Amino acid sequence: MTHRRTMLAGMLGVVFALVFIAGPVAAQNDQFFPLLVYRTGPYAPNGIPSANGFRDYYDMVNKRDGGVNGVKISWEECETSYDTKRGVECYEKLKARATVVHPFSTGITYQLIPKAAVDQVPLWSSGYGRTATADGTVFPWAFNAPTTYWAQASAVINYIAQQEGGMDKLKGKKIAHVYHNSPYGKEANPTLEVLAQKFGYELTLLAVDHPGQEQKATWLQIRRLRPDYIYMSSWGVMGQVAVKEAAAISFPMDHFIGNWWSASEAEVVPAGSAANGYKGATFNGAGPNWPVHQDILKHVYNGDQAKAKENNWGEVLYNRTLVGAMANLEAVRVAQKRYGNRVITGAEMRWGMDNLDITAARIKELGFDGMMRPLRITCADHEGSGPVLIQQWDGAKWNPVSDWIPVMRDVVRPMIEQSAMEYAKENNITPRKCE
Amino acid sequence: MIYLEAGQYKTTYEDDQAIFPIAQDRYLVLAAVLVAFVAVPLVANEYWLQALLIPFLIFSLAAIGLNLLTGYAGQLSLGTGGFMAVGAYMTYKITTAFPELNILLVFIFSGLIAAAVGIVFGLPSLRIKGFYLAVATLAAQFFIQWLFNKVAWFYNYNPSGTITAPPREVFGVMVTGPEATATVRYLVALSLLVLFALAAKNLVRGRIGRSWMAIRDMDIAAEIIGIRPLPTKLLAFAISSFYCGVAGAMMIFLWLGSAETLAFDINVSFQVLFMIIIGGLGSILGSLLGAAFITLVPIFLINAPALVGVHMEVALERHIESIVFGAMIVYFLIVEPNGFARFWQITKQKLRRWPFPY
Repeated sequence: MTHRRTMLAGMLGVVFALVFIAGPVAAQNDQFFPLLVYRTGPYAPNGIPSANGFRDYYDMVNKRDGGVNGVKISWEECETSYDTKRGVECYEKLKARATVVHPFSTGITYQLIPKAAVDQVPLWSSGYGRTATADGTVFPWAFNAPTTYWAQASAVINYIAQQEGGMDKLKGKKIAHVYHNSPYGKEANPTLEVLAQKFGYELTLLAVDHPGQEQKATWLQIRRLRPDYIYMSSWGVMGQVAVKEAAAISFPMDHFIGNWWSASEAEVVPAGSAANGYKGATFNGAGPNWPVHQDILKHVYNGDQAKAKENNWGEVLYNRTLVGAMANLEAVRVAQKRYGNRVITGAEMRWGMDNLDITAARIKELGFDGMMRPLRITCADHEGSGPVLIQQWDGAKWNPVSDWIPVMRDVVRPMIEQSAMEYAKENNITPRKCE
Repeated sequence: MIYLEAGQYKTTYEDDQAIFPIAQDRYLVLAAVLVAFVAVPLVANEYWLQALLIPFLIFSLAAIGLNLLTGYAGQLSLGTGGFMAVGAYMTYKITTAFPELNILLVFIFSGLIAAAVGIVFGLPSLRIKGFYLAVATLAAQFFIQWLFNKVAWFYNYNPSGTITAPPREVFGVMVTGPEATATVRYLVALSLLVLFALAAKNLVRGRIGRSWMAIRDMDIAAEIIGIRPLPTKLLAFAISSFYCGVAGAMMIFLWLGSAETLAFDINVSFQVLFMIIIGGLGSILGSLLGAAFITLVPIFLINAPALVGVHMEVALERHIESIVFGAMIVYFLIVEPNGFARFWQITKQKLRRWPFPY
């Protein structure tokens, strides 16, 4: 080893130390949103449209309205690759000025739920995360509106019953749940089991291991089982593989229903025409034909539709994060109404989210008319039990094929409260009082 | 000059057998430990502790564990992630069943269970060697991960299958759970690491370590001089798994706070193996250096562009990180195939002769 090399190594060491001493970036006077995204890795096909939705909505509001009541919005992305360990680093790096954190991974959400409460940063896991966080008395800092995995599963069972012509027709039907073998995928299982007892359908649970490229064994089982309906909780590459496998065994695609994370362009486009007829749940409309998309096209992309489409403009997951971003800014407005038109803190944001009420009129005003349902969050109810829409892929786009289907709140809510109480007991939490 | 041992006379056997026979080494390590215990908690912020130092300490312990098995006893293992999972899940089971039990004791118990599991999966090592053993231990990795995912008892039947670190106090100080401060968790992890590193260092210098190295270097010759392969190899598996088990428990309880089996997947096994290869097989210091390299450098690389004022797409940053990190691994392995530990040895030699190299 020459002296030159020694010096090089030494310099590298100094730079290394300096970078860490510098640490996270200092505070500024704008409303800051950290975004834990994943634009790389096996989950990138879903991660990219989701990340773009946030970015474009915030960007558009900045350009169109100059921010929220005069307060500029800023954001910073941090790449997690859907890896919980990287999620820790991202969260620690960005939490200092965070208004609200979107973990965008059920695994990372689980990890952050206890931490966020201590750091006083609200967590917004819209339609994912730990279902029990719908109980705001035990989880004051976590929100999973507009609706949860459990509510969704009950709505899908509702839909299947509608298709079959009544709840009594479910008896003896065979329903298989193909799920990603992770906390996320397992979420729907307890609800499906409870409902199976209630309505007498036969439930089979089939796990697919991360990342889900290898599913031959699962589909062999399905071929033997011949279920009447398949419900799927997939994420990332698993979804498109499953759709292809279903087509390969000529399973009737309109009896194959994905949950809302398993029914976006990422699942069906790679499968080609095999995916035609595949159905999926959603809580937001698809496509770019809503007023808000026109605003984004105008302000963010200067009318360049091709470029907007390249950035997933109008895709299912893109639209979903638009809804999430909008709901966040509405919560900021609620908080500003109480605390003044300035940059609000995480704790103030939590109050805003607790009192969030997005009415039909407000939705229309914001250009989301028809794309989503009104949403009301309360201190005790961090979910809102929003209804679910079933959409179907026709080879070119997702079309709604049902009305908004109500969830079985009478079944799901007691389960949520029970699960939340168990969590509270295990972690010595005293539930707060809600008036 | 700097590392000259001239004038340091050893007058007793104890002196001669000291861990660090040279005074400079002794002071250096003592200073490092002091800095780690006193200075770091005073100056480090939460980001430092939570994102950099705690994972470094935990992976160091796991790397020491694997190094005992692979570096000293010569048994290649890809089951590290699995053994870490045993430690983590057992800690969760024991501490939820007996909340009043001291959590540090629970770590030790879980480590012992991991050791037992290690012995079971170490049994084939008597018959199969080298790469074939690596494949056999791979079975441990997959089986254990599958088991903890499949059997709901291990995660107390909660619907999502994750385990969460409940709040636990030791002598009135919150050590685990969300209320435990990063500083406390850091100090606990550091104490455990120092304790176990010291134990490992002494272990490898004594009879047991020597018999491991004899087995590693030539098992037939070792047998002829009276070392029984079965107990020796199984002991290596047991102690290595114990270390990995404690590291796994620390990973959930002192760092992540909540996790699923994916946190202990095959990538973890590979990562720990890379740590000891890059750090130096058969070296405790190497384990620490390797762990530092694998855990800290990627974080440094991904943050470097933003901190020198270059802003780019996060995906691009991530790709650059992978490329540069890969290139660095290749570079270091070419420059010093025996790892950072050997690098340090060479540096010490040079410092000894400085300023008159020959």
